[in-house]
Amino acid sequence: MIENDAVVNVRGVHYAIGAHAIFKGLNMHVRRGSITAVMGPSGTGKTTLLRLIMGQIVAQRGHVTVFGKEVAALERRELYKLRQRIGLLFQNGALLTDLSVFENVAFPLREHTDLPEPVLRELVLMKLQTVGLRGAADLMPAELSGGMARRVALARAIVMDPEMLIYDEPFVGLDPISKGVIVRLIQSLNRLLGTTSIVVSHDVREISAIADHSYLLAEGKVMAEGSPAELCKGQTESVHQFMSGTPDGPVPFHYPAPDYFEQLLARSDA
Amino acid sequence: MALEVVAKVGAVALFLLRVLGQCIPALVRPQLIIRQIYNAGARSLVIIMLSGLFVGMVLGLQGYQLLQRFGSESALGMAAALGLIKELGPVLTALLFAGRAGTSLCSEIGLMGATDQLAAMEMMAVDPVRHVVAPRFLGGLIAVPLLAAIFSCVGLYGAQLVGVTMMRIEPGTFWSQMQSAVGLRDVHEGLIKSVVFGAACSLLAVYEGFHAEPTAEGVGLATTRTVVTSAVLVLLLDYMLTAAFL
Amino acid sequence: MAQANRSIEIGTGLFVLLGFAALGFLTTQLPGSGLQIQRATQTYAVVAKFDDIGGLKVGAPVAMSGVRVGQVTAVVYDTAAYKAAVTLTIERQYDHIPDDSDAAIETSGLLGANFVAITPGGSDTFLHGGSELQFTQSAIVLENLVNKLFANFAGNKDSTGNKDSSGSKDSSGSKDASGSKGASDDKKGSGKTSK
Repeated sequence: MIENDAVVNVRGVHYAIGAHAIFKGLNMHVRRGSITAVMGPSGTGKTTLLRLIMGQIVAQRGHVTVFGKEVAALERRELYKLRQRIGLLFQNGALLTDLSVFENVAFPLREHTDLPEPVLRELVLMKLQTVGLRGAADLMPAELSGGMARRVALARAIVMDPEMLIYDEPFVGLDPISKGVIVRLIQSLNRLLGTTSIVVSHDVREISAIADHSYLLAEGKVMAEGSPAELCKGQTESVHQFMSGTPDGPVPFHYPAPDYFEQLLARSDA
Repeated sequence: MALEVVAKVGAVALFLLRVLGQCIPALVRPQLIIRQIYNAGARSLVIIMLSGLFVGMVLGLQGYQLLQRFGSESALGMAAALGLIKELGPVLTALLFAGRAGTSLCSEIGLMGATDQLAAMEMMAVDPVRHVVAPRFLGGLIAVPLLAAIFSCVGLYGAQLVGVTMMRIEPGTFWSQMQSAVGLRDVHEGLIKSVVFGAACSLLAVYEGFHAEPTAEGVGLATTRTVVTSAVLVLLLDYMLTAAFL
Repeated sequence: MAQANRSIEIGTGLFVLLGFAALGFLTTQLPGSGLQIQRATQTYAVVAKFDDIGGLKVGAPVAMSGVRVGQVTAVVYDTAAYKAAVTLTIERQYDHIPDDSDAAIETSGLLGANFVAITPGGSDTFLHGGSELQFTQSAIVLENLVNKLFANFAGNKDSTGNKDSSGSKDSSGSKDASGSKGASDDKKGSGKTSK
């Protein structure tokens, strides 16, 4: 792993909200041109990690470097320039509800470029074609299904031809067909455009199909990393439980509770 | 408790500075501002005109009853005009605005926050204050004084309806008394008030919406807060401005 | 989408126009001495000199028999004549005002604003632009009246009665206040009986 080829470098990051510590010394990096998966049980702060990378929040300790720049040190204008090189796909698409599909995809272009209208139109239609929704250009977000909305959001994320794409839980709530569509899109965007991709998810099966390198986060640190195949072999019990989806193991099935029989009997006595 | 209030005042003031700072950049997209003037103003026309009419009519009725005791019914025009232009127009318009448009502004922005649209804009390197908040603030700021003027005019019509048509006051007396009593200064005072109230109500609405908890419940609470805080602030500012003008 | 935009623009435009019309109405039609949309009335200016203009302001009305015929447009101090020179701008339609008319500063109501009241004389020649009204009556200043009242009491006691002691202000160029305008004089009963 050549670390100076890293698009994103996270070193010794500690982050806490109030008393609750989310990251306790996180170390990871994302290689240029790779599809890197970030997995972990719910609540381990995967979305927080994305916000740290995008500069939305600042870690109390440690460094987050993106494209060679220390994110926390950037001032607003620089940060905005940085963000224009990254495409972010939100979990729920986050389309602007008062704009049509076309206008949503055109939004970054209108805001950041001075392209003449015909050129802009072509670009937007091309991106919509990439995600297979060119025919839906005139629909409003309210008329789209979840999967379609996410695809439009993806078109919007790639419209500025970013160097890096980040997918926040892209498979959540989709039917198998839509999932397959997203998987295919992530792959082709990465292969054809060489876009570095970070996929945050806990859909083990989908990710394993496409990721080059995976990180498994737990308890505020990287619990395991490697290719999906390596992770599936399961170095530790926790990793094994997560990757195979076993209901009971290091992460217990039962929420901590007093003794079962004692509680039942106590109630029938009273 | 008191510290919370102080902190909130500070937060709102800082937010105002931020919004004002983005108002000039927002002028790059006039269509956004026009749309917001439409939402805040044109869509409030019906309620403003209806309310203005009824308030004017009540003013006519009550004023007539009261003045009759002193034999000064002919001063009804003057009383109604001054009451509307200086006080009722600006204050009632602002309160109605807070209820109708303020809640709409707040919940719109709050909902955009809850569905990650504001965050998405941030991530696309578009300042949501410039794109979403500033146009709405400007829209309210421009709409309220115009609405207040319309309210006063319709109110005068209502007062006249009661006074002249129902109570048979001489129309000439009604209007001439009014004209001699109302000065340009009075109209200016009313205008300044409505501008200040418009700014206050719009600011509170966008502030609460922008800082609402990104949940359905949070947005609902923020909307309620908007109306309550707007009402109190408008009445407080009314007192201060009235005192200042004396 | 373009259609929706269009109708929104039209709606907004209508609203803004309506608002400005309302504002315009309030600022021009309503105030008595506000922004009068000058219906380009022809006027001519005359001068009247007073010893004391009291609270007379520029813009105050000029009335004859209670009807407004013009307004005060300038007030300056005439250093040569040691009086206040007031310019009265009168509407051209009132061009038959005899040039021996009397101009008095009166109060509308008991404590109202001052205005200039012109009482016509009997001359056959009329006022025109630049004329000067020869006969003027100053404003009744309340403090002077009170002084007169006290002086009267003092005077009555003495019975040598220097009744005219405080009347000196009104001496030059003005008619005796007795027979004519001094309505408030009569009320005060300061005993300015004509001699």
